[in-house]
Amino acid sequence: MRELAIVATGVGKQFALAARRHDTLRDALGAAARRLQAPLRRQHTEKFWALKDLSFDLAQGEVLGIIGRNGAGKSTLLKLLSRITEPTAGEIAIRGRVGSLLEVGTGFHPELSGRENIFLNGAILGMGRKEVSRKFDEIVAFAEVERFLDTPVKHYSSGMYLRLGFAVAAHLEPDILVVDEVLAVGDAEFQKKCLGKMGEVASAGRTVVFVSHNLDAVQRLCNRCMLLERGTLAADGRPADVIARYLGNDRGGPAPGATTSLDEMSRTGSGKVRFRSVSYSGSLLGTAEPVRAGGPLLVRLEIDAEVSRTVESLAVCISDYEGRLLVNADAAELGTVVRVGPGNTLIEFRIDRLNLMAGSYPVSLWAGDTVAATYDSVDGAFLLPVEANRSKGFGITPPSNGLVYCDFVVADLGAQLPIASEVAS
Amino acid sequence: MQPHEAIPAEATLGGVGNPTGAGDGMHRDKAWTIIRPSHGWRSLDLTEFWQYRELLYFLVWRDVKVRYKQTALGALWAVLQPLSAMLVFSIFFGRLAAVPSDGLPYPLFCYVALVPWAFFANGLTHSANSLVNSQNLIKKVYFPRIAVPVAAVLAGGVDFLIAFALLIGMMAFYHTVPTANVIWLPALLLLAMVTALGVGLWLAALNVTYRDIQYVVPFLVQIWLFATPIAYPSSLLSEPWRTLYGLNPMVGVVEGFRWALLAGGAKDGLPAPSAMILVSSLAALVVFVSGVFYFRRLEKTFADVV
Repeated sequence: MRELAIVATGVGKQFALAARRHDTLRDALGAAARRLQAPLRRQHTEKFWALKDLSFDLAQGEVLGIIGRNGAGKSTLLKLLSRITEPTAGEIAIRGRVGSLLEVGTGFHPELSGRENIFLNGAILGMGRKEVSRKFDEIVAFAEVERFLDTPVKHYSSGMYLRLGFAVAAHLEPDILVVDEVLAVGDAEFQKKCLGKMGEVASAGRTVVFVSHNLDAVQRLCNRCMLLERGTLAADGRPADVIARYLGNDRGGPAPGATTSLDEMSRTGSGKVRFRSVSYSGSLLGTAEPVRAGGPLLVRLEIDAEVSRTVESLAVCISDYEGRLLVNADAAELGTVVRVGPGNTLIEFRIDRLNLMAGSYPVSLWAGDTVAATYDSVDGAFLLPVEANRSKGFGITPPSNGLVYCDFVVADLGAQLPIASEVAS
Repeated sequence: MQPHEAIPAEATLGGVGNPTGAGDGMHRDKAWTIIRPSHGWRSLDLTEFWQYRELLYFLVWRDVKVRYKQTALGALWAVLQPLSAMLVFSIFFGRLAAVPSDGLPYPLFCYVALVPWAFFANGLTHSANSLVNSQNLIKKVYFPRIAVPVAAVLAGGVDFLIAFALLIGMMAFYHTVPTANVIWLPALLLLAMVTALGVGLWLAALNVTYRDIQYVVPFLVQIWLFATPIAYPSSLLSEPWRTLYGLNPMVGVVEGFRWALLAGGAKDGLPAPSAMILVSSLAALVVFVSGVFYFRRLEKTFADVV
């Protein structure tokens, strides 16, 4: 039996919602006075479990990927594992030294030079001076900052800063490495480099816990994957299976033609304009027709406003699971000014051909003016399932089918003359 | 089947072996660390604190390095603060109000008190704000949080030494020769440090939840300055009030500094303020120990609340 590295039993983490917090002494004194007056009345506090009754164990050498939507509790779990915050319930047993990389360049001081920050950051991450000195050259080479070692990091480009931060952390040699979504920052080259290093660490037999929205990276690096949903463990197993479950699960979003209320969704913006509900259809008539790759898409929005106003920018944004924006259908682009008044206004977006491959895509809604003031923004308002286009041929979809749908033909031109000999003659 | 059955027995025997980077990468003792909700009051975990000594060292080093970065006068500021206060006090209290100075030259009488006072006041201010200022660190990395306010107080040591160098110069100017009492100076400095840290721990922990503290601190320091015999001698009070005055720990520090360094320069000599220092030490200890416990109790919430 492989030795265990992490054993978590019934772990829960509860947060008090902001309503209860006394941020000034005056509030606290006021609350204390009220408690004195009515000592038996329980204080009304709103609590929320970011993680609830989570149990799992991890063997040494396993590379665990944790996936889930925003707010599913992934980062909270990492904070518990790295002892930054205490669990409210349950317990976690961890064997060996934990190195956590929740942010690149934690504790960097802008006034200090690159060299000084390497030592400072090393100490913060749990490396001793000797250990840092030993790996110093390697760190500098990895970060590619040789020439700027004695420059204060405030003069570094953001790329250099990130590289240096990651380089120090990457040379930590913990028994268990805990990594949050640090790869989301930086350019493609940086990400490639980080993933390469992560792969090295993973294949060196170290235990790794890795949170990412980059499902591709999870699939490549991890040999096990956990899916968190609203603070509980929804799936645990082979990355390919869990990822499929994650993507598939969400296909159970709204059905075509059905109206989804958005009133309860979390949103940002001034609220001068509010999205009330949304429905979609794979037919421009708005029937319960599923959306197909290369087929039409109709999105119908119900919008409310405090006072009658024009909305210059009203957009339906379709992205993929990694958060890449694929389609941004914005009224501003057409110069169409939408007028909304108090009481619900119906707006329709019609896309004749949605050139997206089969899959499910989070759709966000945005209303604002052209100078970027947001009236209402609902991230991930609904999930749009797109089915493979089965109207032609065998309808067989290759396992990896890309993102963009396009029409193509394959023509058999019959036997070709040998071109090479033709040129030679 | 509960997964925790798989934990080896030693795990539950409180084997909190939190490792630090001090060790060699290869031969580490892979101890189990148990993370579970903690309850009630906890004392300082000295073993863990010791394991994180390198981090403490680097935090102090960072604060010292950064303190006067991008200032024109640099470390001169360490001297300018007590020096300007001395000038103001000498003019207004020494000259105009003719406040007595135990037979010592007033500027020296006042500056010898301002040196430990500046150390105390800066240590208190910096440690009170330290947790809030390091919130990005607290939210992203684990380490004993107490290292942050401790480092903030210790980093003031460099300023103290610079200001102290000027004090030696002033003593030479006034032909004051220190007596053998100077051997007590380190202990008196420690008393100032413990007091600054004790109050700093309370305020730092409170500041995490109540940002009112950052407005309270300058006010507190100002009042405390006048509640301490810096511009005037504690000999204005008669016994037993003079000894009770020592309940303000800085009274013991300041009078101790005067006695240790300047007793030889006073016309009638200075009596050793032993009783006062004893009372001050006890008061400082109470503040410090309660501060540590309060800090440790709130420590677990810092990352969530700050």
